[in-house]
Amino acid sequence: MKYIKFIILGIVFGIVMSKSEAISWYRIQEMFRFQAFHMYGIIGTAVTLGVIGVFLIKKFQVRDFHDNPIQFFPKEKSIFRYLVGGTIFGLGWALSGACPGPMVVNIGYGYFALIVVFFFAIVGTYLYGVVKNKLPH
Amino acid sequence: MREFITQPWSWWFSGAMIASIMFFLLYFGKSFGFSSNLRTICAAAGLGKKTKFFDFDWKAQRWNLMFLIGAIIGGWIAGQFLSNGEPVAISAATIEDLAKLGISAPEALQPQELFSIEAVFSLKGFLLLSFGGLMVGFGSRYAGGCTSGHAISGLSDLQWPSLVAVIGFFLGGLLMTHFILPLIF
Repeated sequence: MKYIKFIILGIVFGIVMSKSEAISWYRIQEMFRFQAFHMYGIIGTAVTLGVIGVFLIKKFQVRDFHDNPIQFFPKEKSIFRYLVGGTIFGLGWALSGACPGPMVVNIGYGYFALIVVFFFAIVGTYLYGVVKNKLPH
Repeated sequence: MREFITQPWSWWFSGAMIASIMFFLLYFGKSFGFSSNLRTICAAAGLGKKTKFFDFDWKAQRWNLMFLIGAIIGGWIAGQFLSNGEPVAISAATIEDLAKLGISAPEALQPQELFSIEAVFSLKGFLLLSFGGLMVGFGSRYAGGCTSGHAISGLSDLQWPSLVAVIGFFLGGLLMTHFILPLIF
């Protein structure tokens, strides 16, 4: 039963992503063509509230539900992997119109074509794992 | 009330809800990052026997797989009960641009040209869907995260590596949208 809260959060996420239309290929195209504020509004609001909240969590050393301090782990410092990996991700995002979360939300919504996209996203992750040590990071 | 729920939700409400999801996960001692699930699925499938990258205690990530299952259920609920069936109200300029590529104006949430069953079973359609997925999966792990992990969680914590990743997301997205899509459609 300790997992039920994560299922509920996932359900809320799925509904929000659907009802905000952020799972739509059309919305992603509109975003990359700078023709509407909608997607920028969603991400901008989330990040603005996120920055304020994370700042407050750190300032007041807020503890989590298990009474452990909430921690943030700095990401490894590099430019290459983030820029190159990010660009490859962006190419796929604009083509399929979905990042990993929206892929599965679409499957639930009834767009079964996204099963193919999600399956190949797993394959892509697998390929990265295989060639990881040969890639510059 | 029903009309209020079934119409598309505003950007500010949706953005605030996404931030709330991130804070709830932090409160539960976790962090918001969806693409980790792809690696977890590889590990759960036993691929860690041959590839070290997938050799880790994936069971510690079960909470995130539960979040994934919830996301599928949430999509189903939205599609079945919370949709008014109206097409996505994208801008006239986008409709015009996409028409030049041969993509029809929205009739629902997704274009038929890419996501109908006929498209999946055509060679071109299948290749587009599979390459799209492949690049998202490969790129998200190379960059160490996707939109949730970098654009939402990372930027909220003002981590500059996440900003570099988000710049990369846009670089790739703009390249695909403005230079590659016109070549393939």
